Amino acid sequence: MNMQIFQALLDGVLMGGVYALAALGLSLIFGVMKITNFAHGAMMTVGMYTVYVVSTGLGISPYISLIFAAVTLFVLGYVIQHFLIDKISQAPTHNQLLLTLGIAYILENGLLAVFTPNYKTLEVDDFEGSIKLGQITLSPEKLVAFAVVFVVTAVIYLMLYRTRTGKAIRACSQNREGAQLMGIVIKKTNAIAFGIGALCTGIAGALLTPILSIYPTLGETFQLKCFVIAILGGMGNLWGALISGLIVGVVESVTGYVAGGSWSDLTVYAAFILILLVKPSGLFGRSNRREH
Amino acid sequence: MNTKKINRITLTALLVLGLIFPFFADYYVLCIGINVLIAALLGQSWNIMSGYAGQFSFGHAVFFGIGAYTSTALYTMFGVTPWLGMIIGAGVAAAVGAIIGFLSFRYKLRDDYFALATLAFAEIFRILVNNTKSLGGATGILIPYLQNPMEYQFASDKTYYYVILIFVALATVYIALMSKSKLGLNLVAIKGNQEAAAALGVNVLKYKLIAISSSAAFAALAGTFYAQYYGFIDPSIVFASSISVEAIVPCIIGGSGTLYGPLLGALLIIPLQEICNSLFTSISGVNMIVYGAVIVAFILFCPDGIFGRIMKIKGKKGAKK
Repeated sequence: MNMQIFQALLDGVLMGGVYALAALGLSLIFGVMKITNFAHGAMMTVGMYTVYVVSTGLGISPYISLIFAAVTLFVLGYVIQHFLIDKISQAPTHNQLLLTLGIAYILENGLLAVFTPNYKTLEVDDFEGSIKLGQITLSPEKLVAFAVVFVVTAVIYLMLYRTRTGKAIRACSQNREGAQLMGIVIKKTNAIAFGIGALCTGIAGALLTPILSIYPTLGETFQLKCFVIAILGGMGNLWGALISGLIVGVVESVTGYVAGGSWSDLTVYAAFILILLVKPSGLFGRSNRREH
Repeated sequence: MNTKKINRITLTALLVLGLIFPFFADYYVLCIGINVLIAALLGQSWNIMSGYAGQFSFGHAVFFGIGAYTSTALYTMFGVTPWLGMIIGAGVAAAVGAIIGFLSFRYKLRDDYFALATLAFAEIFRILVNNTKSLGGATGILIPYLQNPMEYQFASDKTYYYVILIFVALATVYIALMSKSKLGLNLVAIKGNQEAAAALGVNVLKYKLIAISSSAAFAALAGTFYAQYYGFIDPSIVFASSISVEAIVPCIIGGSGTLYGPLLGALLIIPLQEICNSLFTSISGVNMIVYGAVIVAFILFCPDGIFGRIMKIKGKKGAKK
């Protein structure tokens, strides 16, 4: 195999991990509340700017300010669900979609008003240079991002499967009425689930901040990609989201290498439409909601 | 006051306002008026497909862009007058609409998944045109300005205004006739319960395709008009998701599935944005924050839109159902 293809593959896997984390949040939100969250990209950007502000303001490493981003996004997600989306939980799904779209506009342009449209770049001095393995070059930022993704996913997994709150969230996603009858407070559980979903995309944004130059509408470019991954993995299926995140990352990176960057999105979206049409339940089997 | 009366009063008021408006408007205000009408045409187009037929589109930019690019490419490359190009563009958009409609019907794509598919279609077209050198690629196409009415180019913005006014009127008349016809009744039935409608012998596929294609054709008219009025198009303008949203928002505000709702919605949202722009010149983004806030407020407090709300208060079933 050509070394450059191998490089593209590796880059794809590393970026795919970050996509996967954001998509996992989207998938969780959909799985629990059946909401197609169009504010996901904007929330990711909020995570990016939180890291930027905290890192430059306090002069600390972006990997520590990541914690601030996680907390901010959890609170933001909780508030959005509790005070806005919950009010129309009985409305048709497209109204919920439009509500999140409105929220996205507010968040994104709020950032625009505060930070101007100019690109911001975070200078990272945690690492020196890049890691070379033969002809393969790996950026340490991407490696760390990948590692953090796995830690965060493991924590969320443990939380969902080992804690009462997590079990309540899963119960809601499997059968809302049933969960309610068992004494689970739906409203609070939903808000926590949305908070965790927001936290995922916030951390993903935080991990991208040292890699990319950020601007207020950057999240938009990840919005549709998150939908692609979440649906490919089966909406509500968290492991599916992780695996398809890696797939999308690799497909994008390899098509980018073979045919040029502008074609990579096209491949991804075309595959997306195909999946929507042929197998909307995703790559991994029939059920949207995994039962354990 | 019954629904009919409300409709008649609204119609008269809108018509009079629409006709005399250019005589009281300076250049800037006229420009806003034209933008209102573009949004109104897009809104009515979305209204046909999503308000009446219940197929929630999140990618109306695809039809708008096809309209803009078909007429412009035919004009700049082959010298075909944009008047003809406009009709061809509407035809192409209708065909693409029919394909999207057929696929989604064949594979039972509904609600949010249908919305996501339309969004992905718009993105695919954007990227395709972006990578097509003969269509100008990412730099777009500049339309040579010859001021020849035969080439859909006018010396005065007033003429542009009346042209787009006619299109908006056409779309509105189309919806009025449609909603009273068998087609409209069938669409209402499909929107209410597709399976039940099919069981009662409604040819669901046929009516859906008619709704989506006609909706696409009107959006394409708006696209061609945009290209001719501004004289420049590029893929990131005409295939932008903001265009798709611009088609939806007038309907949310005015009331989707109502005849005049999108007109009223466009009449409110575009000037509101202009006002925000002129009030906050030093801060970018304020107008879009207001835009987002308006969407949130209407979805939360007035989900049927202004007209939908009026109809509900009047106790008529006619508005949404």
